[in-house]
Amino acid sequence: MPFYVSPEQAMKDKADYARKAITRIRSGVVIACDAGILFIAPNPSRALRKFSEIYDRIAFAAVGRYNEFENLRKAGVRYADMTGFQYDRQDVTARGLANWYAQLLGAIFTDSPKPYEVEIVVAEVGKTADDDQIYRITFDGSVADEHGFVVMGGQADQVAAALKDAYRDGMTLEGAFTVAITALGSQGNGDRSDVTAAQLEVALLDRARPHRTFRRLTGARLETLLAGAIGGKKETGAIAGQPADSAGPADESADGAGEAEADRED
Amino acid sequence: MGADSYGSYERWLPGPYLSAGTSSFTDFLAAAAPDLLPQAPAPAPPPTPATAPDAAAPGSFARALPHGTTIVAAACDGGVVMAGDRRATAGNMIMQRDIEKVFRSDEFSAIGVSGVAGIGVELVRLFQVELEHYEKIEGRALSLDGKANRLAGLVRGNIGGAMQGLVVVPLFCGYDEDSDVGRIFSYDVAGGRYEEHRFYAIGSGSVFARGSLKKLYRDGMPVADTVLACMEALYDAADDDSATGGPDMTRRLYPVVATITADGFERVSDDSAAEYARTVVEARMADPDGPHAALPPAVTPNGSRGALPKR
Repeated sequence: MPFYVSPEQAMKDKADYARKAITRIRSGVVIACDAGILFIAPNPSRALRKFSEIYDRIAFAAVGRYNEFENLRKAGVRYADMTGFQYDRQDVTARGLANWYAQLLGAIFTDSPKPYEVEIVVAEVGKTADDDQIYRITFDGSVADEHGFVVMGGQADQVAAALKDAYRDGMTLEGAFTVAITALGSQGNGDRSDVTAAQLEVALLDRARPHRTFRRLTGARLETLLAGAIGGKKETGAIAGQPADSAGPADESADGAGEAEADRED
Repeated sequence: MGADSYGSYERWLPGPYLSAGTSSFTDFLAAAAPDLLPQAPAPAPPPTPATAPDAAAPGSFARALPHGTTIVAAACDGGVVMAGDRRATAGNMIMQRDIEKVFRSDEFSAIGVSGVAGIGVELVRLFQVELEHYEKIEGRALSLDGKANRLAGLVRGNIGGAMQGLVVVPLFCGYDEDSDVGRIFSYDVAGGRYEEHRFYAIGSGSVFARGSLKKLYRDGMPVADTVLACMEALYDAADDDSATGGPDMTRRLYPVVATITADGFERVSDDSAAEYARTVVEARMADPDGPHAALPPAVTPNGSRGALPKR
């Protein structure tokens, strides 16, 4: 570098750069419920994924620059499989992985000319809701132990505020989904009741599954959840885990579901 | 490979994790932690005569290790069945009565190992992680051919050990979702991969098991009949090979049997296995050599069928 830059300035510039990049992207939500841990984000792409399986009860969620968090995702899978192979499957924990990511991202932030423009969440579903763990790791390697829900990237404050009012411990899957969809709709250009299943990426760490708990929610199951969420929103306006009303909204959204199916067909 | 790479902290540094560029867990291990691979690292130094009087013979080191024996696999209607006995021997000693040699490698495939048990089980572990790793990295499961190929690579990786007598040979079978059939693959120590049709067996009792299945097997049998045929084959293998264990009715130890169909891998429960074993054993009380196969009807010189002429 031709001129001297103080370390504070250099770090601040890097942090501002990364923060600005992350704020520009659309938010995703990680939310705990009785069925497990739910992941929802807008994602029209069918090839590029924000949520992935790391291990039996551990999932990875990321927003930001795709090639960077894809690198981190693969590194996490390798770390988990290496640990599980060298020791035992039950010795792979989200905490260990989150710490490892923190070291990794911290080193990248300090040493690289450009920090990774990513924000990642590592979540582990427990046997009971009390044992669920959600860790947020930011671009500079800070780890935060979160409870209940995390809003990643985008207008995080706005969405988090909406979620904070509506979130309750021990919500059903449908309730948590509705709460999250409503909160995500509050960002950008207001109410997005026209969101279709094809524009969403939804995944679940299913507490009840015996071995590998990570499941993507697609197809009919997602359509049903979405119909319930939109219907509930129209009926009540204020969502706090209330069940959607049956007859009317279901009929309306049946056509929407058909359209979405047709869109996704090859 | 030097001693400093054993349990080295370097395997946790980020380099290989971020730059591996491969979906194969085995290739990643080879870069980051080669000592974890289930391969004999270097030729064993020749033992001094003072410590091991009979150890001068090659392969005696291997002979002292527990070996697993007979595995059978047979295609059934809409899938495939694999079964393995429960005995591990080292020379004339029974090292374990209840060893498991048939494993779930993933949702639609199973692997059985014969040969040196310690390396065999590690090979299975590595294979299981290899398949799961690929699926997580790539977002889709390997094709059945891909899995079979990968296993061939792992077997070939142990060729150094095999040449020292530490032989491990797997038998692999799976349900092919594309063609809705069960498929069986056998291997040799050089990593050769051979697709088998209908049924196959490996291990010291395989010759007897295969002979038995030759007479009992029919194409397209339902799953239950195929399981019974495999149990009969293992019983016949145990009957003639001391290294293969028959059903232990007193300790309630039965062959490990797995079925793989469109519904996925399923291990036959101990109670079910007990039922099958009881069927086999009780029939043998009357007929110790097992079910009889019918001779073909005779063909007379003028082409018509009839009874053989009396001698």
